[in-house]
Amino acid sequence: MPATETYPDDLKYHSEHDWARVEHEEATLGITWFAQDALGELVHFEPPEEGAQVSKDSSYGEVESVKAVSELIAPLSGEVVEVNGRVVDKPEIVNEDPYGEGWLVRIRLSEPDEVDSLLDAEAYKQLLAEQ
Amino acid sequence: MTRFLSLTDADREEMLEAIGVVSLDELFEQIPRGVRFDRELALDPALSEPELVTHLEELAARNAHAGVELSFLGAGIYDHYVPAVVDAILSRGELLTAYTPYQPEMSQGVLQAIFEYQTAVCELTGMDVSNASGYDGTTVAADACFLAKHATGRSKVVLAEALHPQVRQVVKTYAPGFGLEVTEVPHHGGITDPDELREAAQDAACVIFQQPNFFGCLEPGPDLAAAANEAGGLPVAHVDPISLGVLEAPGAYGCALAIGEGQGAGNYQSYGGPHYGFIAARSEFIRRMPGRIVGETVDAAGKRGYVLTLQTREQHIRREKATSNITTNQTLLALAGLMHLSWLGPEGLRELGETCLALGRYARERLQDAGLELVFPERTTFKEFAVRVGRPASEVVMEARRKGVHPGYALGRDYQGLDDALLVCVTERRSPADVDRLATVLAEVAAP
Amino acid sequence: MKLVFEKSRPGRRASTLPRYELPPGDVPDELRRERPPRLPELAEPEVVRHFSELATRTFGIDTGFYPLGSCTMKHNPRVNERVVALPGFRDLHPLQEEDGAQGALELEWRLQEILAEVTGLDAVSLQPAAGSQGEVTGLMLMRAYFADRGEGDRAEIVVPDTAHGTNPASVTMAGYSLVDVRTDRRGNIDLDDLRGKVGRRTAGLMLTNPSTLGLFDENIEEIQRIFHGAGALMYYDGANLNAVCGISRPGDMGFDIVHINLHKTFSQPHGGGGPGGGPIAVRKTLEPFLPVPAVVRDGERFRLDYDRPKSIGKVRAFTGPFGVFVRSYAFIRAYGPALREMSEAAVLNANYVLARLKEAYELPFDRLCMHEFVLSARNLKRQYGITALDVAKRLMDYGFHPPTIYFPLIVPEALMVEPTETETKETLDAFCDAMLAIAREAEEEPELLREAPHDRPVGRLDEVQAVKRPILKYGFDEHPVQAATARASEAAQAPKGV
Repeated sequence: MPATETYPDDLKYHSEHDWARVEHEEATLGITWFAQDALGELVHFEPPEEGAQVSKDSSYGEVESVKAVSELIAPLSGEVVEVNGRVVDKPEIVNEDPYGEGWLVRIRLSEPDEVDSLLDAEAYKQLLAEQ
Repeated sequence: MTRFLSLTDADREEMLEAIGVVSLDELFEQIPRGVRFDRELALDPALSEPELVTHLEELAARNAHAGVELSFLGAGIYDHYVPAVVDAILSRGELLTAYTPYQPEMSQGVLQAIFEYQTAVCELTGMDVSNASGYDGTTVAADACFLAKHATGRSKVVLAEALHPQVRQVVKTYAPGFGLEVTEVPHHGGITDPDELREAAQDAACVIFQQPNFFGCLEPGPDLAAAANEAGGLPVAHVDPISLGVLEAPGAYGCALAIGEGQGAGNYQSYGGPHYGFIAARSEFIRRMPGRIVGETVDAAGKRGYVLTLQTREQHIRREKATSNITTNQTLLALAGLMHLSWLGPEGLRELGETCLALGRYARERLQDAGLELVFPERTTFKEFAVRVGRPASEVVMEARRKGVHPGYALGRDYQGLDDALLVCVTERRSPADVDRLATVLAEVAAP
Repeated sequence: MKLVFEKSRPGRRASTLPRYELPPGDVPDELRRERPPRLPELAEPEVVRHFSELATRTFGIDTGFYPLGSCTMKHNPRVNERVVALPGFRDLHPLQEEDGAQGALELEWRLQEILAEVTGLDAVSLQPAAGSQGEVTGLMLMRAYFADRGEGDRAEIVVPDTAHGTNPASVTMAGYSLVDVRTDRRGNIDLDDLRGKVGRRTAGLMLTNPSTLGLFDENIEEIQRIFHGAGALMYYDGANLNAVCGISRPGDMGFDIVHINLHKTFSQPHGGGGPGGGPIAVRKTLEPFLPVPAVVRDGERFRLDYDRPKSIGKVRAFTGPFGVFVRSYAFIRAYGPALREMSEAAVLNANYVLARLKEAYELPFDRLCMHEFVLSARNLKRQYGITALDVAKRLMDYGFHPPTIYFPLIVPEALMVEPTETETKETLDAFCDAMLAIAREAEEEPELLREAPHDRPVGRLDEVQAVKRPILKYGFDEHPVQAATARASEAAQAPKGV
């Protein structure tokens, strides 16, 4: 069952359609409703290794549908502390619940100040409207 | 108007009017004047169909094909019998004139056939996954190197010197672009030494050896695969499909990939092409495979069907990060292989292999009886073997051909120290009496 | 229908082989096959029926209209199949000495001469096995050329966003890095975007002209000045050469390297995915780098020349896919200089179909086209929720192969139509009538489209399932259960459709 379009207020957004939920020195990352809708049903999640360093604006993995591949762009920098193994096994969870069960990785932030450069929900929705 | 065009003058008038232009020239106004071609193409005048056939018959008549000379040429392209069913089915216009099956509902037949081909290749090689074909037995070796580089993160490949020279040349052409260094491991007495291979493979992405190798000798395949595995390089066996009824499947002795030239299964010699290369791998490499792959699935009613699948590997989706740039492959030729193998069946393939082995043994013995010396007398061979003719082999070839026999391939073209050696090939299409004639002719023209 | 493996019964066999009374060969036990491959066991009648049934479930240009954009599905003359089967061609070994292959070498040499004339370039290698291999070969030539000139630091290849995916993939395989360039509102390369991206690090451009939009780049002369001015080379992807034979030559447009898709422009039957042929033609300055061997003429004799010290090497075995050369050579000799009429008819047919369809479908770049054009079903999607995929599937019900869809990527809901020159006006009209009827159905009976196709052997297939649980070969005794369901439903639906 696909999710309905939402952009929760408690998240921070990156213009490449990724979100971050920041909690203290850690952040949970995922892709937005818009991104999963554009891709269609996900069939593969190629995660980074736990312990890998990710850096803001760079690719940290890939998701695939049948006819498209999308790089995952890290909204923030840090070290991967956990990969969502359930999404590796059942990538369609991202379509069903992009902001909840469909999270992708958790990272320990190395540059917490980067959070300030991300978009809030309003600004991200504005960006979508302009596209 | 030429015979392949259907528009009449009246059609053209109506169409131009519907488009809203006065003349054909108007359609080409988007081409800047400076780059328009303003003369007639300097090509020979058109030929009618009968004249065309005559012209091509004249060209064909100037080739000494297998029906003109009694040929013992092999070296990668083989005169195996192509069953009549292959010709009959390949002439079906639906298969012959279809494009790549992008729309599965229109193309279930060719998709299912490719799925069956993939199954047959996996059965022959003992692998888990095969693609729908590569260009030929040389380019699939380059594909294997590209795959191995990305699978292992290593940037060197090792080639056995007893691997087909053209396969090695093609890998070397591609290697700089792939960022790969190529090393070769020499043969010793016609085969590759596992210890030497292990040493060379220490930091290698893959190791490619041929079974039976270019000289026709049986390599110690399981030992070579083990040596590569111990060094952490992927063992890749380049195999002859026709040998796999009697010789062990590479998957059964530890190889990561099996590749090869498919021509001997289902295809004519055709001066070197078009034929097909096959590439098959263990399941862990599925997502790194090059080219088209067909998969089974179901429609909304639960009915089984076939589609092109795992396409995110491919160039039209992954573009510069694709596992290969291959698009057009060799499907029709690969399907000829499937048909040949279906005609043979497991028992026929085994029998064909045994026939090649027995003829090979007979030929080795007859040529020795005729006073010739084997280059690698202590080796077991499949359908080819190397023999010394006591003088430049290229001269012996020319003299034997004047007597109506092409005695084989002059190995000096590719290997130093083998200027006086011929690579002789026997298939099921050469009888013992043919071999006797070869022995007689070589006894006359060689200098033992 | 069943797989050939499911029709197999132990003990059946189609083949007979000569049995010679000879002592057996010797194979050491450790190299001998332990378990035989499970190849099908059938007698000949069932082999023939099985593959004949697969043929009936396949659609070729012989079956009907096949306007698959960028694939140039034209008629394949039958005489070409006759001549390629002449024993002098079919049974000729590629290592036959030159004096025994004069006819084959002459044919290759003549084809080289023809392709040089058609492309407006100086030297040709027939060796590459297909267009994509021609591309990577062309890029290797660039590498070798610049290395030879001491300009090995040129590392970038410019590719427009309309390009076939093969172009960027070839760039990577040749060890280059990719620079994307945008398309402007008329469908040409965006010159402003381009100018900032070409410089001393640029090795070259890869361009398809006319582009995958079916549009000739109106600024090609300026593009040439930009690249040659920067000391870079220009590569022509010949996928769309069918539009310009005898009308405009890549060499005259400024291109230095060209590949020709023999299976498109010069009518090689494509056999459900291949074979093809991808010869490359180059300017004199690049000739020394071409693959070996070169086919050359010495007076009345033809020979293979391996003495090319600057050659990039070999990209494929022997001299290339010879059977493909025979067919394309025969095709061109049937036309002679009238090849121009072939391209003219291809362009006329495309513009006629475009004129009839542009009222019902959006035309993102509203210009006259060359040999193909790209429509968008975006209006149907917006108004009725009907996609390009739905239109394509519904076309099958009308008996046509669908056009290429969702390509090029820059056009949403793209429908890329290439009628080719060999169709009658009646066929083109029937296709246009179907496309217009489908546009009406999108409004009136959208379910008809969403559930299409209705009379194929299978309905729309679950491609997600195919990726998530890949079944890439028959599993024999362990084959997944869906096969059992399929067999049951198949039995219920007999007799089968096409």
